[in-house]
Amino acid sequence: MNYSLNHLKELESESIFVLREVAAQFEHPVLLFSGGKDSIVMYYLARKAFWPAKVPFPLLHVDTGHNFPETIEFRDKLVNDTGARLIIAHVQDAIDKGLAFEEKGVNASRNMLQIPTLLNAIEENKFDAAMGGGRRDEEKARAKERFFSHRDEFSQWDPKNQRPELWNVFNGRKNIGEHFRVFPISNWTEMDIWQYILHENIPLPSLYFSHQRNVFERDGSILAENDFLTLKENENAELKTIRFRTIGDMTCTGAVFSEADSLEKIIEEVATTRTTERGGRSDDKRSEAAMEDRKKEGYF
Amino acid sequence: MSKESKGYLDMDLLRFTTAGSVDDGKSTLIGRMLYDSKSIFEDQMEAVERASAKAGDNEVNLALLTDGLRAEREQGITIDVAYRYFATPKRKFIIADTPGHIQYTRNMVTGASTANLAIILVDARNGVVEQTKRHSFIASLLGIPHVVYCINKMDLVDYSEEAYNKVRDEIEAFGSKLQINDVHFIPVSALKGDNIVHKSENMDWYQGATLMYTLENVHISSDNNFVDCRFPVQYVVRPLTEAHHDYRGYAGRVAGGVFKEGDEVSLLPSGFKTSIKSIDTMDGKIEKAYPPMSVCLTLNDDLDLSRGDMIVKENNQPDALQDLDVMVCWMNEKPLVPNGKYAIKHTSRDARCMVKNVLYKVDINTLHRIEGDTNIGMNDIGKISIRTTKPLFVDRYSRNRISGSLILINEATNETVAAGMIV
Ligand SMILES: Nc1nc2c(ncn2[C@@H]2O[C@H](COP(=O)(O)OP(=O)(O)O)[C@@H](O)[C@H]2O)c(=O)[nH]1
Repeated sequence: MNYSLNHLKELESESIFVLREVAAQFEHPVLLFSGGKDSIVMYYLARKAFWPAKVPFPLLHVDTGHNFPETIEFRDKLVNDTGARLIIAHVQDAIDKGLAFEEKGVNASRNMLQIPTLLNAIEENKFDAAMGGGRRDEEKARAKERFFSHRDEFSQWDPKNQRPELWNVFNGRKNIGEHFRVFPISNWTEMDIWQYILHENIPLPSLYFSHQRNVFERDGSILAENDFLTLKENENAELKTIRFRTIGDMTCTGAVFSEADSLEKIIEEVATTRTTERGGRSDDKRSEAAMEDRKKEGYF
Repeated sequence: MSKESKGYLDMDLLRFTTAGSVDDGKSTLIGRMLYDSKSIFEDQMEAVERASAKAGDNEVNLALLTDGLRAEREQGITIDVAYRYFATPKRKFIIADTPGHIQYTRNMVTGASTANLAIILVDARNGVVEQTKRHSFIASLLGIPHVVYCINKMDLVDYSEEAYNKVRDEIEAFGSKLQINDVHFIPVSALKGDNIVHKSENMDWYQGATLMYTLENVHISSDNNFVDCRFPVQYVVRPLTEAHHDYRGYAGRVAGGVFKEGDEVSLLPSGFKTSIKSIDTMDGKIEKAYPPMSVCLTLNDDLDLSRGDMIVKENNQPDALQDLDVMVCWMNEKPLVPNGKYAIKHTSRDARCMVKNVLYKVDINTLHRIEGDTNIGMNDIGKISIRTTKPLFVDRYSRNRISGSLILINEATNETVAAGMIV
């Protein structure tokens, strides 16, 4: 008798375990939903974890106002189809309240502004656990992240003072005012995510598939022409066949030239590609330790 | 769809940990595995090239691929557990990379707790050192089923068979005191790549497998316990919808044994008997559930069962104990307080406990017991006895790593202070 699971089933089982643990240990958990493939898979796993009941926590979208319209369309359809409860935290509101300040200059992005917006939403809704779709393979600083990551009352992450995490026994105890970030898909790689999406037939925003779009190059990233970016004099937008490997803000999400218009082709592309998916994100390039700095401040 | 792109459905998952003293070549070895298995991306490679140049290195330092946080880069050391990923067409691998410093026993224990396999590095020139014994002891204590000793830096001992045999004999001599089921020895050079992914041309005398082949082929499907049925209830699923009005499901991850639809089961702590009505998943009903599957069970009788309870078989039950002997690895700056009270987590069950006795401390270099030493501080390992506020449903750790393990928590700071293995 061979009782074995393949790697996707084992990862699925681990993530479902973590999601259930969150529902059991916390009073007001929330699932951070960006509309990207990782949060889509995380939400899909949450549906599996509690089936046939509904997912017992809401989704929170931190909306910069600079999303691709395709992302919002996809989000609203998914919420509608699955009966999810969606909370939207607008970066614009945080700016209006004086909690966040718009960046200036050609490379201005609202990426950093998501931090105060998120923290404010956590406080206002008294969320005690925020689940994110972060994966440890994405970036060096994430490689040390726990499944259950404790944040102090200032929402700070202290990489030197993390609780040891043993076996699958998760310690979610905390004092009032503190909260946890939880990363149910910590152990998945980009490839695992794609294989799983293919195997389970999970719908995705069209942005991930090859399409035609006006794009231009800036600091080594291929950016979509859009209302939130002003072209510099030497920059020219041209119609190209591209797709996105990650989905974030229109201001900083880099595209790749690609003909991959199906999941099978994307997997083939991911298998042969020679740069990490974050390689296209200009926010990470600012410095090598950029992600680590943002994490300490409470980035997802 | 092509056959090739479906191949991933046959892959399984191996979790391993790496240990070695400082400078034995652990980072180089991991860097080499990632590099030779083509798991490194161009931008990662460029970042490492930049960092190497900044540090004034002439060659690209593969070890930098695995160095993490800024503080560590500044100090030039690894200080915590970091997880890395790579895959070959056969397997996906998760590496829990832990440092070898004396003060970091806690990190290796953390990394070892989820590992199927441990790689322990030994410098061929130095042979067995204290760290080798310590790492082997932790691997054995944490019940890692497979251990691979990599005798590294063979290039510095002229790839000599005698040098390798000498180290191997030393390891076997003290290893006989340990309980590790499956032990492998491989002579390697992490720096030059001998026997890591590619078979060495410098060591004809070695007939065994390369490290990568060993990792890809070691038999892991029987590492779980498929005999003793243990299902800790994690969460009660109650949809309360029209379609599922009376549905009451018990969600959890199988910790041992094989559960089938129709099986007679006993519930703990109540002792009630019933049978399994269905094993549900969103993909439909399934016939069998076994470790490490996450499923939802429904039962044929409507009985009161909640988180922290356990579903088992009547003729094979765990011990329901309030007095337990536990091997602990201490993980906090504040030492264990004799007679102190701690919160305890065991599977999905929460309780409190009092430390009644420190039975002995282990000298992790000699593996000797130090009787009468009740001082259990950071990175110490010792045997204690505790009394809990309510019964825990336990197995011996050597029999089941899930129902045999627990953690202790400081109730004031909420920090996890110890890893415990039930003996
Ligand atoms: N000659 C030789 N040097 C090695 C080998 N493996 C590692 N080294 C060197 O040993 C030093 C320490 O290696 P490193 O990987 O940083 O060790 P760690 O502290 O265990 O991570 C570095 O200078 C490496 O280049 C090997 O197989 N042969």
